[in-house]
Amino acid sequence: MSASDTNQERRRRAPLFPWIKGTLLTLGSIAVTMLGLLFVTFVIGRVMPIDPVLAIVGERASQSTYDAVYEQLGLDKPLIVQFFYYLWDVVRGDFGMSLLNARPVSEDIARVFPATMELATLGVFVGIVLGVPLGVVAAVNRGSWIDQIARVVALVGYSMPIFWLGLMGLLVFYGVLGWVGGPGRLDIFYQDIVPTRTGMILLDSALAGEWSVFRNAFSHIVLPASLLGYYSLAYISRMTRSFMLEQLSAEYVTTARVKGLSERAVIWRHAFKNIRVQLITVIALSYANLLEGSVLTEIIFSWPGIGSYITTALLSADMNAVLGGTVVVGLIFICLNILSDLLYRVFDPRSK
Amino acid sequence: MNSLTRFMSGAALGLALAVTSVPAAFAETPANMLVIANRIDDITTLDPAESFEFAGSDVSRNIYQKLVNFDPANLDAGYQPEIAESWTVSDDGTTITFTIRDGLKFHSGNPVTAADVEFSLRRAVVLNKTPAFILTQFGFTADNVGDTIVADGNTVTIKTDKPYATSFVLNCLTSTIGGIVDMKTVMANEADGDMGNTWLKTNSAGSGAYKLVSWKPNESVTLQSNPDFYLGAPAMERVIVRHVQESASQRLLLERGDIDMARNLNPEDVAGARDAEGVVIHDELRGRLMYLAFSQKHPELSKPQVRQAMKYLVDYEGMQNSFLNGQYTIHQNFLPRTFLGAVDENPFSLNIEKAKALLAEAGVPEGLELTAGVREAQERIEIAQTFQNALAQVGIKLNVTVGTAKQILGEYRSRNLDVYIGAWGPDYPDPHTNAGTFAYNPDNSDEANATGLLAWRNSWDTGGLTDKTAAAVVENDRDVRQQMYSDIQAEFRETSPFAVMFQKIEQAAMRDNVQNVNLGGATTAVSYWPITK
Repeated sequence: MSASDTNQERRRRAPLFPWIKGTLLTLGSIAVTMLGLLFVTFVIGRVMPIDPVLAIVGERASQSTYDAVYEQLGLDKPLIVQFFYYLWDVVRGDFGMSLLNARPVSEDIARVFPATMELATLGVFVGIVLGVPLGVVAAVNRGSWIDQIARVVALVGYSMPIFWLGLMGLLVFYGVLGWVGGPGRLDIFYQDIVPTRTGMILLDSALAGEWSVFRNAFSHIVLPASLLGYYSLAYISRMTRSFMLEQLSAEYVTTARVKGLSERAVIWRHAFKNIRVQLITVIALSYANLLEGSVLTEIIFSWPGIGSYITTALLSADMNAVLGGTVVVGLIFICLNILSDLLYRVFDPRSK
Repeated sequence: MNSLTRFMSGAALGLALAVTSVPAAFAETPANMLVIANRIDDITTLDPAESFEFAGSDVSRNIYQKLVNFDPANLDAGYQPEIAESWTVSDDGTTITFTIRDGLKFHSGNPVTAADVEFSLRRAVVLNKTPAFILTQFGFTADNVGDTIVADGNTVTIKTDKPYATSFVLNCLTSTIGGIVDMKTVMANEADGDMGNTWLKTNSAGSGAYKLVSWKPNESVTLQSNPDFYLGAPAMERVIVRHVQESASQRLLLERGDIDMARNLNPEDVAGARDAEGVVIHDELRGRLMYLAFSQKHPELSKPQVRQAMKYLVDYEGMQNSFLNGQYTIHQNFLPRTFLGAVDENPFSLNIEKAKALLAEAGVPEGLELTAGVREAQERIEIAQTFQNALAQVGIKLNVTVGTAKQILGEYRSRNLDVYIGAWGPDYPDPHTNAGTFAYNPDNSDEANATGLLAWRNSWDTGGLTDKTAAAVVENDRDVRQQMYSDIQAEFRETSPFAVMFQKIEQAAMRDNVQNVNLGGATTAVSYWPITK
């Protein structure tokens, strides 16, 4: 092989190396992040003033019973040893058994997470569909009455306690008007009709062709999803407005207007195009927050999601369940970050 | 939710209800279905050998029959025959022979036999889960159950290690752990020698009025009626208990007609629901007690006059009529009302002057400081604050530490608290359940480590009460036994370092067409089978 052939070959291979390096770096950072998350959560779980042994044996157990369960849970071993045992189990996909209901934590999470995902997805959808146009319109009409209304809408969304809005929503739309379903995911008549495939009732009922169940599920989810969507809307619209104002004051926008482009083209084809990357971050964060589970929303609407699952587990000192839930939430954040990175590459040529 | 949240949500709901009148369209549950909103996140298992929580007991009572059981139509009558149609007691009082009722069937169709009874009771002892002490206190062990719990034909004989009062043994057999399971079904689902424990956590194998359709943790429990139930098929063919955490949500569901009963309304929502059309409030005394306890290791608190003074520094009426309104009633004895031996004497009331005189007589120094532990429950914290105010009026400073169960119970169980403000609920429907912890302490030394006994936790040598409690538990004459507990409580009220203050009242709100409801009183759990609509 001649020297020029070798150089050509190297040039052909060259793009592969950064890709592999990038992938390895990403995987490495995921591993380190997860390890850190696990360690911090584990340590917090152990130093918190809650007692998993007491939760199991009850207040009136004798000291010998207490000691036996303490040992059985491995709490007599050094913290670092306990952590490595736990890590080894997690690596094998085993989050352990719930200390309280003795069911695999992974099964519990598989049951509650789809409920949260369904709610959060619909919520963030509402937030995007309404929040982005509202932000753009507010920025374009800066200082006008439209901007003022958008500001008030966002301010209310930021500052109003979610339990209050939730209860008021329930009272008006369920209690008084009867337009939506009450707390819970389905009316009792529609329970257990659709076989569980994804755990998301809207999806499962659509897949099964059970449209009456779908309608009922939708009537139950629409209020909590709108509520969460409103909070997303508040955040997304304010950020969109801020990003758009920055772009609209840039020189290239003035140039575009001078060139005679229509205002619609200036706003949507130029200014908006340039805020997409920032918006992806905002939307991803908003979605991740909703996927964590909104505890108060879940409590008010009796929604059996991951937020209330982790909270109940924490209050019951069920640390396996808390750790399992935290790992899942951590994974969600990491996945959404990766997704954001990938979308950056699509929307921003410079990042390639 | 914290109190502020509860208050704001209650206020918001009340205000909104006031200005909006009744719902537009009223829903209704089917006539043969009972739908209940309840907090059921305490259910950890439905195996009767293991279940020991309130919501779990509600489920278990309706699924499993016992040798003897309480009749919801007449709880005061005490235990009645159920699977056992009769029983005899040996002359020496250690052996009870039960004759099994003919014609009973499990949900599987298998007949209920003496062998099933033998298996169920032995299994509970061998598995040795949390509530096993209710049976093992009679001397049953995994090693001796082969000899002490024996089936023969259609009889089952149980032999205790000493002659206990028959009422004590039979009361214990009415507990959840006394539930009789279908041996064939359970053993067909055994895994790794667990006697079907894993399977029974989420399934049922009983012969009671209902069978389990599903239990979804923190979501719902669904029961289906048993048409072959020996008292007749229940009117409610399906019972659905939905987990609804928030009181305001329960109230909305009830007023809208989507549920028949709400079990966890807070006082604000009870007051609101009381005025709602078609809703009635059902009050029932439960077994839970609120009490104060004073460590006898403390040099001042161990003085008899100081113990007395503390009981005059509790504003019983003030608390009952304010933040505990409707939820608790004054009760100053360790046996809840409706228990065998319960008394209704409440001699103490807030009397600052009398307390001052007693403290002066005891020579309590000015500026005495005490440390109290209280768990982070709103009503307990408010009790602590009320007590703190009263103590301040007699020159005693009470430092209240609010903490989690681990923090506060850990200190309490280690005998490190001067004052404990807490609650106690009976484990089984016999007076010994509370007498055996409040008034019984055979070894008061630190080395005894009897953390399960409240008397020990407060370093109280109960003196003669320990022997009297031990005597009452083996007394076979029911009337004599009743009088013995009455006497023990009279002495306890005067001498003990406990100020028992209140007994729990459960307020269930329900649609006015729901009839024959019995939540179980202080002795047992809810019964669904008599309910009609």
